[in-house]
Amino acid sequence: MSGHDHGHGHGHAPNPAPSHAPSHAMMRVNLHIWRQKDAHDDGRMVAYPNVECSPDMSFLEMLDVLNERLQEKGEEPIAFDSDCREGVCGMCSLTVNGTPHGPRKGTTVCQLHMRSFRDGEEIFIEPWRAKAFPVQKDLVVDRGAFDRIIAAGGFVSVRTGGCPDGNAIPVPKEEADQAMDAASCIGCGACVAACPNAAAMLFVGAKVSHLRHLPQGQAEQKRRAQAMVDTMDAEGFGNCSNYFECEAVCPKEIPVKVIAELNRDYLSASLTREERKADGGGGG
Amino acid sequence: MSWVCRLYRSSLGAKYVMATTGLLLFGFLIAHLLGNLQIFAGPDAVNSYAEKLRSLGPLLWVARIGLLVIAGVHIATAMKLAKANQEARPVAYAKVTHRAVKPATKTMVLSGLVILAYVIYHLAHFTWGVIQADHAHLEEELGGGATRHDVYSMIVLGFQTWWVSASYLVALVLLALHLCHGITSVFQTFGLHHSKYACAIKMAGPAIATLIFLGYASIPAACWLGLVKLAEAQ
Ligand code: HEM
Ligand code: SF4
Ligand code: FES
Repeated sequence: MSGHDHGHGHGHAPNPAPSHAPSHAMMRVNLHIWRQKDAHDDGRMVAYPNVECSPDMSFLEMLDVLNERLQEKGEEPIAFDSDCREGVCGMCSLTVNGTPHGPRKGTTVCQLHMRSFRDGEEIFIEPWRAKAFPVQKDLVVDRGAFDRIIAAGGFVSVRTGGCPDGNAIPVPKEEADQAMDAASCIGCGACVAACPNAAAMLFVGAKVSHLRHLPQGQAEQKRRAQAMVDTMDAEGFGNCSNYFECEAVCPKEIPVKVIAELNRDYLSASLTREERKADGGGGG
Repeated sequence: MSWVCRLYRSSLGAKYVMATTGLLLFGFLIAHLLGNLQIFAGPDAVNSYAEKLRSLGPLLWVARIGLLVIAGVHIATAMKLAKANQEARPVAYAKVTHRAVKPATKTMVLSGLVILAYVIYHLAHFTWGVIQADHAHLEEELGGGATRHDVYSMIVLGFQTWWVSASYLVALVLLALHLCHGITSVFQTFGLHHSKYACAIKMAGPAIATLIFLGYASIPAACWLGLVKLAEAQ
């Protein structure tokens, strides 16, 4: 991808270097947050006006503070996902003001800071929206569909046993780089959340691209592309219309080139792959 | 399920069908444009071209039915995709801020349906002669009592009416918008992507769409502005 001075693939999304000394002044934001009791509840947007926070807090810390206030008042805290809070695990998943992971490019929402917002700003916080990612509670969605896509083909088959020699199979640098770039996908699902069609092509493309550029992945390349796409379809994701919104919001800046590679592999697999009788073609 | 059925039913298979049928329709657009541009070569060129086309008889019908099937598959698949995409997000966002979505992409179904409506109108105008029926059945005297259908005068008289020309131009703008996204998309759909020519592919849609627009628009524009006149008036 282009236009960015920071590379991708290293997990740590850079933060804006504060041009001024850390400010101790507090700021206030007016939040509108999706609240939903459980998977069966209809849910609704709830306003939380005048939430006080420091500009140096991360977005999730700001929500932690709000949750403490809510608990003090005996209210149910807002459920949201997070784990590493340093941009590497892919758990955090908030749509902030209509953009998954919020306004900063190449940044997970856990690495977003309140200084990216204006004092008094209205901020809408919603879960990922997709049929394949059902809301479980408030801002938490079930991303099990991604696990099932990985289980269908996001692997290479190897014999277990003694550890193989690390560099036994030489991989050209350019190929290794492409594999590494694709491998930086953290499986967060922002691509699905951003796509007007809720398509999962950037995620699946990244996984297929990661392995297709390595010799170890090439033997199963066709089977993998078919199995992962067929599972993706069965999970109820939409179709790619080449909006390329996924690429624009991906915190790891995975390029849509991986989707082209997936399209190519699936076509060649459909036209040329040898199928076993019992195979049924896709799942294998 | 045979592999063909499985391919068509997959999300990517439907995209290959969109791209293939879109490309075939695009091929028709080029051929049709080259035929039409003969208007600038005068009445004889256009009228004998039209006569030759009509004399193809059964072959013409093969081409017509082929086009109809291709367009039908393109539209039916577009509708299938649009429905599946709508169902993939049952609950809408309260607020949406896009970074990359372009108007041409967002309006593919709309521009496509306008093209469809336009094609029907265009057929009613020049093929069936229902619209402006008084221009539709003119005959050109060839001497010795022989005559042939005067397509040239039909076109020129038709486009001298401002609202006819204007409606063609509006439809052509939407066709160009459809092709802007469509042509660039075909490469991505078939997996043709490389940093070496990524920029060229990105430009191909808008550039080719502009050429198609200018080519087609030149005909109603020239008739409307009086640059192309009736044979007697020349
Ligand atoms: C002269 C007529 C037409 C031409 C040349 C044409 C061409 C194309 C091309 C080249 C594509 C790109 C396929 C891809 O994504 O790779 C496309 C997509 C599309 N076309 Fe057409 N088309 C025509 C008429 C129509 C009509 C009448 C409709 C009516 C609904 C339509 C609806 C669509 C839609 C919705 C897409 C986008 C599909 C998607 O990306 O999900 N088109 N068209
Ligand atoms: S491709 Fe990007 S947006 Fe999609 S799951 Fe991977 S890291 Fe997240
Ligand atoms: S919490 Fe791990 S990436 Fe955001």
